[in-house]
Amino acid sequence: MGRIIVITSGKGGVGKTTCTANLGTALARNGRSVALMDADFGLRNLDLLLGLENRVVYTALEVLAGQCRLEQALVRDKRQNDLVLLPAAQNRNKDAVTPEQMKQLAYALTKKYDYVLIDCPAGIEMGFQNAIAAADEAIVVTTPEISAVRDADRVIGLLEANRIKNVKLIINRIRPAMVQSNDMMSVSDVQEILSIPLLGIIPDDERVIVATNRGEPLVLSEVESLSKMALNNIVQRIEGKTVDFLDLNAAHDTLFSRFRRLFKSKS
Amino acid sequence: MISELIEKLFFGSDSSNSRDQVKRRLKFVLAHDRADLTPAMMESMRRDILEVVSRYVEIDMDSLNVSLESDQRTTALIANLPILRIKNEPMPLEDLDSLA
Repeated sequence: MGRIIVITSGKGGVGKTTCTANLGTALARNGRSVALMDADFGLRNLDLLLGLENRVVYTALEVLAGQCRLEQALVRDKRQNDLVLLPAAQNRNKDAVTPEQMKQLAYALTKKYDYVLIDCPAGIEMGFQNAIAAADEAIVVTTPEISAVRDADRVIGLLEANRIKNVKLIINRIRPAMVQSNDMMSVSDVQEILSIPLLGIIPDDERVIVATNRGEPLVLSEVESLSKMALNNIVQRIEGKTVDFLDLNAAHDTLFSRFRRLFKSKS
Repeated sequence: MISELIEKLFFGSDSSNSRDQVKRRLKFVLAHDRADLTPAMMESMRRDILEVVSRYVEIDMDSLNVSLESDQRTTALIANLPILRIKNEPMPLEDLDSLA
């Protein structure tokens, strides 16, 4: 039986779908079979980030209506043979499916795939309830901004209320230079406030936009980058390995900031 | 202490940087979000607490502070009630109405 993990955040635009696409791709590259479920009915985007938008024929709705088989609706990734996408319907809204139906689809997928990653829509309404219904684990994505952290906190509360015990945190879009000049919350600031285990930290990176433009997840890029390393490290941790967190400060280290840290560590 | 002073002298940072501000604002707002207490409920609870405490001591009404704080996903009610004077014996319950 495969693991069902929902990727959620509360607030929109913090990188849920980007994380889902990249973690799914990286897990598949690691030799795992992965099914990605887009739970964002009406505003689907996961197909775009994977560059699979032209291959979508059927969606989860047709499967539920009995108009096609589950296998027919699954879109196989161009690059990873062991990665498939179950698209959401674009012409309907979040009430088109029920939590029970989402469970039915996810459970069917766990029979054939090692991982089922569910990309949750923003918000905490029906779409959220649908997305978390089948999950036994959750990854909460946030950025070091007040609104994103507040929404993440609300979502963590709701996940706990829905008896999802294994909830882990990804802090996305950290800008080390801003943290050092005390104009952005640090990883430990956010983690201390949300107090759930940390799964990964990802630096802010323009390459993510380029990757999205191309429809090719960053983890497949030839060029090595801190953000790519961060995503691969997260996958290692999902697989149960212990990997040290990246030292994002290193890239921005100046004599000045080192001098400053020296004083801080003495106190 | 000294390192703080050096920080201030050399780097001009103080507790009003935006990172400290955002942490303070977040902690406040999360304590209330988590407790799910309406401002009206908070106010009514504050009044009740003061009423009971006032039976025994006289409180400095201008500098008291009752607030929610959150740590490790547990919320606590923190009350800071500066005492002006201890009363010799508790004020009987029926006299409380006159305070409110």
